Amino acid sequence: MATNASTFVRQSMLEAKPAPSNQTGASHWIRTRLFATPKDIVLTVLALALIAYIVPGMINWLFIDAVWSGTDRTACATVIQGGVLPDGQSGACWAFVEAKFQQFMFGRYPADERWRPILVAILFAILLVPMLIPKAPFKGWNALALFIILPFVSFFLLSGGFGLPHVETPLWGGLMVTLILSFFGITVSLPLGIILALGRRSNMPVIKTICVVFIEVIRGIPLISVLFMASVMLPLFLPDGWTFDKLLRALIGVSLFASAYMAEVVRGGLQAIPKGQFEGADSLGLSYWQKMRLIILPQAIKLVIPGIVNTFIGLFKDTSLVSIIGMFDLLGIVVLNQSDANWSTPVTPITGYVFAGFVFWLFCFGMSRYSAFMERHLDTGHRH
Amino acid sequence: MKKMILSAAIGAAALGLASAASAATLDDVKAKGSVTCGVSAGIPGFSNPDDKGEWTGIDVDYCRGIAAAIFGDPSKAKFVPLSSKDRFPALQSGEVDVLTRNTTWTISRDTSLGFNFRTVNYYDGQGFIVKKGLNVKSALELSGAAVCVQTGTTTELNLADYFKTNNLQYNPVVFEKEADATTAYDAGRCDVYTTDQSGLYAIRLKMKNPDENIVLPEVISKEPLGPAVRQGDDKWFDIVTWVHYAMVNAEELGVTSKNVDEMKNSPNPDIKRMLGAEEGTKIGTDLGLSNEWAYNIIKQVGNYGEVFDRTVGPGSPLKIERGLNALWTKGGLQYAPPIR
Repeated sequence: MATNASTFVRQSMLEAKPAPSNQTGASHWIRTRLFATPKDIVLTVLALALIAYIVPGMINWLFIDAVWSGTDRTACATVIQGGVLPDGQSGACWAFVEAKFQQFMFGRYPADERWRPILVAILFAILLVPMLIPKAPFKGWNALALFIILPFVSFFLLSGGFGLPHVETPLWGGLMVTLILSFFGITVSLPLGIILALGRRSNMPVIKTICVVFIEVIRGIPLISVLFMASVMLPLFLPDGWTFDKLLRALIGVSLFASAYMAEVVRGGLQAIPKGQFEGADSLGLSYWQKMRLIILPQAIKLVIPGIVNTFIGLFKDTSLVSIIGMFDLLGIVVLNQSDANWSTPVTPITGYVFAGFVFWLFCFGMSRYSAFMERHLDTGHRH
Repeated sequence: MKKMILSAAIGAAALGLASAASAATLDDVKAKGSVTCGVSAGIPGFSNPDDKGEWTGIDVDYCRGIAAAIFGDPSKAKFVPLSSKDRFPALQSGEVDVLTRNTTWTISRDTSLGFNFRTVNYYDGQGFIVKKGLNVKSALELSGAAVCVQTGTTTELNLADYFKTNNLQYNPVVFEKEADATTAYDAGRCDVYTTDQSGLYAIRLKMKNPDENIVLPEVISKEPLGPAVRQGDDKWFDIVTWVHYAMVNAEELGVTSKNVDEMKNSPNPDIKRMLGAEEGTKIGTDLGLSNEWAYNIIKQVGNYGEVFDRTVGPGSPLKIERGLNALWTKGGLQYAPPIR
């Protein structure tokens, strides 16, 4: 019996039609995102007006009216200020940054020896990049090389070892010192902070007291006072002629300071771990260190990544405080060079600050992006 | 025992052995092969880094002069930049051998702080800069003016004293930071700005329109700036002192870095004596140096006038006039005892 062909059954799907034209495209986006309600219209117009007010002037100052090359202040000063620019023109003096760029990077490190910090930077990059890529192999060896071997090798390379001429730390400066201080601070403060956080939650009263006192004392003192104590008071207490290296003092001060903050961040993570996790680990018969290493810390640290990175970024920027103890980090060397009469014009100081700010921002933004990536990468639970 | 060796090794690695603040600074300096000078962390013309990162300035050249006198090599000078707070502890603790850091010689620094001053390499004093539009020719015409000044400084106190002494009214506009005060003055928030005269010249370079401003002739305070050393080491004090005197004497005798080699054969006995070209001279050995010490300073650093010109004077962007710092023969205060 043949099937009655009069019954209609659709054999294939209808082709999808595009959305109505007023629901798509730029006009829809603009209508719904920018001008949906009267309040939105007002806010959009105000925001656009603000951008239109600020941005062209900024671009003009930073790029169009800016001076890109020159050998002294005359290039960046107007005629009336003793220079060559037409009167009334005001733009960034990038020639100043260009002339001082080597100093901003290496401080007063001798010019012939600057390949040494560059070599250290290359080694650092070679070891850091695989460390940051989660899939890269040999994490254990990589960490050993980056955190233990590299600091020693760089110390000898930078200060002089392996038969290289000695370069004293007062000559170090610029971005190099900023990076050394932050890298050392970060490397020391994370493990030390974890130990302090565990100590603070310990049941052993002596250890607990030591950790609490350390954290509270350090957190209660401004970093400036710690650095001042180290640089001004310490030499008076030491026997005649004995002085600590200033960079070493700053390294110790900055790392201890960051550790105290790190400890509290990590403790926040530890407290967020449910009691069941501790009890579960105990019931498996794990020792204290096994429990912490395998069960508790991986969860706790993951929870507080934003806080840890926050501390790192704060530490990175705090390193600029060492300029008050006569060391010249990036910001310090920029300010120091503003005193060079050969370059002093009304626009030089602000150009220097813009440059320093931009470099700081680059590094901090990089750290922040990486931490966002790590959060997504490690996001294996807790979000249902 | 092993632990002791280990800790000693760590201690040696961590602690840098600087020169002892003992009585024989010269011996220490010779032993370490360099002289360490405290300088400012950036005062234009006195000590500031150039494009290559080398220190330049009149204080820096003083230190180079000391190095040239001792080692015959001005590059044997090392510089420790110090803030105004750090400078005295740094000298007391022996971190620096001599403080060539824009430091005013006062009785309390000379006595209670335990330092010695004798030479003045720059006579400074507090002055005023005003807008030309005011048509003011003297500070005595400043009654009723708004004065920008940095707070918490002797500058502020000197200002109050000066206006009180002269029965003038004024309106202080105080700022925490020097940079803020100068910006405010440049933006027209006050009629007058006051600080040390050398500072006024430096500030002119940062102004939007320097020609609209003039520095008034009055100097209302005495700021003799000179090097300081620790008390109790007369030999070292003598060397630091005579480096300056040699540079001033050289200018007075017309000996410059360019003509010093010819001048060694000069018929003038004063010049010959100074340059150590006299037979059987003990002009340097008595100081504990070589007889060529003054020659080395002049040859490698220059006489006082040359140094002044290239660091703060006409050869520099600051273009400060000699004024009080001219030689005594030209109406200034730079006067050096004879080298004989």
